[in-house]
Amino acid sequence: MAGSPPPEGFLLLEDGTLFLGRLVGNAGPTVAEVVFTTNMTGYQEVFSDPSYNAQIVVMTAPMIGNYGINADDPESARPQVAGVVVRELSRTHSNWRATGSLDQWLAESNVPVLTEVDTRRLARHLRSRGVMRGVIGAGTTPTAEALAALGGCPSMVGLDLASVVSTREPYAWGNAQHPFHIVAYDFGIKRNILRLFDAHGVRATVVPSNTSADEVLALRPDGVFLSNGPGDPEAVAYAPSAIRALAAKGVPMFGICLGHQLLGLSFGGHTTKMPFGHRGGNQPVKELSTGKVLITSQNHGFAVAGSETGGIDGAPDLEVTHVNLNDGTVEGLRHRSLPIFGVQYHPEAAPGPHDAIPHFSEFLDALKSARV
Amino acid sequence: MPKRTDLHRILVIGSGPIVIGQAAEFDYSGTQALKALREEGYEVVLVNSNPATIMTDPEFADRTYIEPVTPEFVEKVIAKERPDAVLPTMGGQTALNVALALADAGVLERYGAQLIGANARAIRVAEDRKLFADAMARIGLQCPQGRTVTTFEEALATVEEFGYPSIIRPSFTLGGTGGGVAYNREEFEQIVRRGLDLSPVHSVLVERSLLGWKEYELEVMRDCADNVVIVCSIENFDPMGVHTGDSITVAPAMTLTDREYQLMRDAAVAIIREIGVDAGGCNIQFAVNPENGELIVIEMNPRVSRSSALASKATGFPIARIGAKLAVGYTLDEIPNDITKTTPASFEPVLDYVVVKCPRFAFEKFVAADPVLTTQMKSVGESMAIGRTFKEAFQKALRALETGRPGWETAERLIDDRLSDDSLETLRRALRMPTPERVFQLKRAMRAGLSVSEIAALSGIDPWFLDQLAELLEAERWYAALPDAELTDVHVRRMKRFGFSDRQLAALRGETETQARARRYALGVRPVYRMVDTCAGEFPSATPYLYSCYDEEDEAPRTDRRKVVILGSGPNRIGQGVEFDYCCVRAVLALREQGYETIMINSNPETVSTDFDISDKLYFEPLTFEDVLEIVEREQPEGVIVQLGGQTPLKLTRALEAAGVKILGTSPDAIDIAEDRRRFEQIARELGIAQPPNGTATSVEEAVEIANRIGYPVLVRPSYVLGGRAMEIVYDDASLRDYFDRAVRVSEERPVLVDCFLEDAFEADVDALSDGTDVVIGAVMEHIEEAGIHSGDSACVLPPYLIPPAAVEQMKAHAIAMAKALGVVGLMNAQFAYKDGVVYVIEVNPRASRTVPFVSKAIGVPLASVAARLMLGETLAEVGFTQEIVPPYVSVKEAVFPFNKFREADPVLGPEMRSTGEVMGIDEDFGTAFLKSQLAADNVLPREGAVFLSVNDSDKPAAAVLAARLHALGFKLYATAGTAAFLEGQGVPVTRVLKVNEGRPHAVDLILNGEVQLLVNTPLGKHAQQDDERLRKAALGNRVPYTTTLSAANAACDAIAARRWREPGVRSLQEWHALIHAGAAPGTLAATESGEPA
Repeated sequence: MAGSPPPEGFLLLEDGTLFLGRLVGNAGPTVAEVVFTTNMTGYQEVFSDPSYNAQIVVMTAPMIGNYGINADDPESARPQVAGVVVRELSRTHSNWRATGSLDQWLAESNVPVLTEVDTRRLARHLRSRGVMRGVIGAGTTPTAEALAALGGCPSMVGLDLASVVSTREPYAWGNAQHPFHIVAYDFGIKRNILRLFDAHGVRATVVPSNTSADEVLALRPDGVFLSNGPGDPEAVAYAPSAIRALAAKGVPMFGICLGHQLLGLSFGGHTTKMPFGHRGGNQPVKELSTGKVLITSQNHGFAVAGSETGGIDGAPDLEVTHVNLNDGTVEGLRHRSLPIFGVQYHPEAAPGPHDAIPHFSEFLDALKSARV
Repeated sequence: MPKRTDLHRILVIGSGPIVIGQAAEFDYSGTQALKALREEGYEVVLVNSNPATIMTDPEFADRTYIEPVTPEFVEKVIAKERPDAVLPTMGGQTALNVALALADAGVLERYGAQLIGANARAIRVAEDRKLFADAMARIGLQCPQGRTVTTFEEALATVEEFGYPSIIRPSFTLGGTGGGVAYNREEFEQIVRRGLDLSPVHSVLVERSLLGWKEYELEVMRDCADNVVIVCSIENFDPMGVHTGDSITVAPAMTLTDREYQLMRDAAVAIIREIGVDAGGCNIQFAVNPENGELIVIEMNPRVSRSSALASKATGFPIARIGAKLAVGYTLDEIPNDITKTTPASFEPVLDYVVVKCPRFAFEKFVAADPVLTTQMKSVGESMAIGRTFKEAFQKALRALETGRPGWETAERLIDDRLSDDSLETLRRALRMPTPERVFQLKRAMRAGLSVSEIAALSGIDPWFLDQLAELLEAERWYAALPDAELTDVHVRRMKRFGFSDRQLAALRGETETQARARRYALGVRPVYRMVDTCAGEFPSATPYLYSCYDEEDEAPRTDRRKVVILGSGPNRIGQGVEFDYCCVRAVLALREQGYETIMINSNPETVSTDFDISDKLYFEPLTFEDVLEIVEREQPEGVIVQLGGQTPLKLTRALEAAGVKILGTSPDAIDIAEDRRRFEQIARELGIAQPPNGTATSVEEAVEIANRIGYPVLVRPSYVLGGRAMEIVYDDASLRDYFDRAVRVSEERPVLVDCFLEDAFEADVDALSDGTDVVIGAVMEHIEEAGIHSGDSACVLPPYLIPPAAVEQMKAHAIAMAKALGVVGLMNAQFAYKDGVVYVIEVNPRASRTVPFVSKAIGVPLASVAARLMLGETLAEVGFTQEIVPPYVSVKEAVFPFNKFREADPVLGPEMRSTGEVMGIDEDFGTAFLKSQLAADNVLPREGAVFLSVNDSDKPAAAVLAARLHALGFKLYATAGTAAFLEGQGVPVTRVLKVNEGRPHAVDLILNGEVQLLVNTPLGKHAQQDDERLRKAALGNRVPYTTTLSAANAACDAIAARRWREPGVRSLQEWHALIHAGAAPGTLAATESGEPA
């Protein structure tokens, strides 16, 4: 009858911790790394962000689905997440831009939602034990099938997911009349990055993640952009050689998130897996040159090793430009002599605050200087 | 950037008395600011006239000036103290206005004091509608179309351009005072004229209506390095048109996409920069068109506010504290997050729960007042609740209101939901009009089958919110229909997760609350307590700021320390305000110092007690039996303190005791004796203390019989009330019967008290402390208004000045005897009347009274702190309070009323309490102390001019004496025929004026024309006549000070005379208290009696 809850479901973590809830959509089992994000708005952007590919995303904000979904906000063509865990999935939505409901949109992509879960307990568990794999299924006790699926779920470490989500064919984005042209490596690029390039008078040719430096140079770009993306940066083994080859030609480069990590790797640095990562829209980042604080949008589980005082470990050519005020991790780096920089956070936001959007202008300036 | 070292002494301006729109939240923010500045080593000076606040306790500032918060007196403080800086952003609009006046007058410059937190330009631009609109246009943001006008004709031209409905906002008034929504020309004229009157600069903004748009608020902070953070987003449940203080509000915003939210955030960042709040916080209100997302900036307040207090409580981000640190030069990244202790304050809090705030109204006190909610704030308090979902928080907040509803429940009677009948048409009409009951009418509408979309169209409330409510209704039906045999923990837990109280669940299944609770316990469904941690669990938190929910994991730390639970006073209401929060906080501070783990339970977001920094553990929970019992059972304290939070905790006493909870201090039985008329009478008789003849009636006939036995006039009231609810003086049988028809139902269960009314008696309040063996008098306070005016509404003076010393001594002796007889442990308040040589006891309350903070300030002893220690077993001797302190100076408390918000109500005083706040005046002599209290209460007593007298027959002889004094002081006197004839007969020169019904120009014209500077008008016996009411309303509307009692008029005369004698100076509380310690004897300070000509 009306008023009764959806059928039961569960999330089992690899350390054996069980969370019960109500299952909406795909009865599974669904396995993936389980991460949490503290974004209070922008669930549609989160779920369609390719960086969240192959992850079960826990929303710490308790009320999800309130404003439905719309055609303007997705960060890629479809939901990218493997599963969604929420405290309460709204059964209705209300917003002037809404074109449908969240549960319907996720169901179309076969993404299960486990709702009515004690998501705070889950987030605290992941915070203290670190992110881990998990399986979502129907009922209250995991079946043998679910357990087997969980056992077979690969670890995020060593996983190259960028190749999986990257475009297969190059495509163009932005007004063809724009004065500047860049090549954007797609490791899982968010649309808002492209929208912002367009807004800054830059058109992009988006290319697959394994495109060679020669192929890129043949497109005669003013600069190269290295996108965000999912998975372990060290597993994207083919990227650094291309990056180094482009750097050798003096091409201006800008990296975001995974792109930033790849810049670090390309110049001798290394990355480490963080206990539970940074995911949310409220991470304070200090710009070392000015002392100013940016409130940033973030979504990463790996970080470039280094510190404000010690620089980027193993990469003397790079300097640290930004650090996280919560834990001191590297949030931005710059090449000491070349027009190359990257940031760990997401200046394109979507979702999240717009404080760091000026990085796009900064890149534009680099493109202009390179032309002169 | 580190803190500024060029500043040493900082003056903080408080907000003055509690009024509608400016309440306890400024005690919370002010207290935080004082602590924050002092811990940085600054010398802090405070000026605030409100004694009922924690911030004005002497240990919170280096020097505390309890002086009027007016440009005149703040200048005196500045001249004396020579502060390097003035922080004006912690004391509401009052402080900003004073700061701006001082800046404009060149006072700040003259004394070398600079404004910090917000500069004069920012204050001006934010407050001046025109400048603000220009500023918004510069940064590409839209304001509501509108025009500031200074005449009615201009206003009319404007509304003809923009059309109706029209929003009218007077410039520079508090809480939207005088504003409103006009749907037609008639309403428009009325509101505009009133607004022009009320605005200190005589201008109003006439605005295009955004009625029905969605309303949001953002709390923003900026540091001197231009870092900006958004602390919290708040979404209003009620659409635009209802003042945000009167709206149910929700944090965080529920129905905004990230794209819309970030646009709003970008706008907020641009606004705080453009307005130029260099280092501090502000609150920005936005309207969003639900049809297309159009964003409009409504207003910006460059200071802490009610919303910032709410946001601080909702997020755990202490805005006022951080604001104070920013004002002295810190940047956000240099300030630690006080909750996590490990991360900096340069971040934006994230919530993994939902917060709902509900306003509490007092329309039952202002029967004639219009209950329709508009842009002028009318609520007097609020509750806040935290839940994991909107539904849970919503129901908790409603039950936390303590209006008798256990959640989202309709009343038994239609009329209590403000519906005249049960037709759909009535319902539809009601839904269009926002009133305090609309939220409950929604439930009736849903039950009656109206669809969410229809209700949304009628009410303008977002369909998302309405569907949340529909879900609650469906869950009720689902739960009610479950067969007993199938009912499991899963079902009960689901309902609890929707916020249903045990009382609601019981009603759904036809059980008692006790049965429902027993079922729940048997099924193992118990709440867990979660931390408000600012970060949604991303970082560990060490601060036990807790709320309940029915999730799986409990985070409340368990300790084996000795614990005490202190029950707070819930939402502010008339009769139960900030003074009880003051008492609770004092108790917490005292017991913490004694090594106890203090556990605070409260639901009021405005207060100091709900600052997570005050107690060891804070449970932000409704003060209902169910919610309190769960915490007490979990914490296992040594006991619970119920006597400091007013009626709210007191009402829970019996149920808690029955559940085996130890009540600290005075026994519940003694509390019962004091409240039970028959048992009390017996004790009074045994002690030989006179009582006014009285009786207790359980029927109308019995009441009439009693009244005739003891003789009219009689005072009637229901038993067990606070603040004189439904208390009236009646003069004959007919009006007594009318009282029962109109005001009160009487029955065996609801007896009504009938007391002989002692006309023209002196009244006094006595506060005393007892450890169970010894009793020490805190103070005797003489009421300035005679018997018949509610003690909370009467001004009072300490020490007494007209009651004969022998009678005062007898009152003390009676109070001591009563305290011993009742076995009081802790605080006791007694009220006495003195008439014709006899002292009568009126009532005794073995609990903290609302005068406790006033007395504490006057005598320099925090009575509530002492009381808390007594309750935990110490003796008065051990605490070191063994002797009454009679200060060598005079302290006057004056009440402050909301009549300017309820223009329809007659502003005459009576036995029903209607004041919202109080002020204090201290000086060497009575006249000056009273003068200060009047100036602080915004009763600007004239230095010269004309006085209009209109008094009833019995007052005429005394009025002649008063008139002669006024004449001698050089005042011109006006009176209507009757009074004039009498005065002339007594040889007092007076000018006759026509009564309103006698033709024109009449008395009201005189007031409207500014020819009267003081109105003395005593009501005519039985009923205040219409003529008188018009006079009083005219005075109120034209800011002419007025008094409705001769005793207050005499006091006013003393004050005027005192000012002739000498200009009042300013002196800090610390200096006054030093006089006590120096052993100055009472009465030795005032050199001569007065400056009146002989």
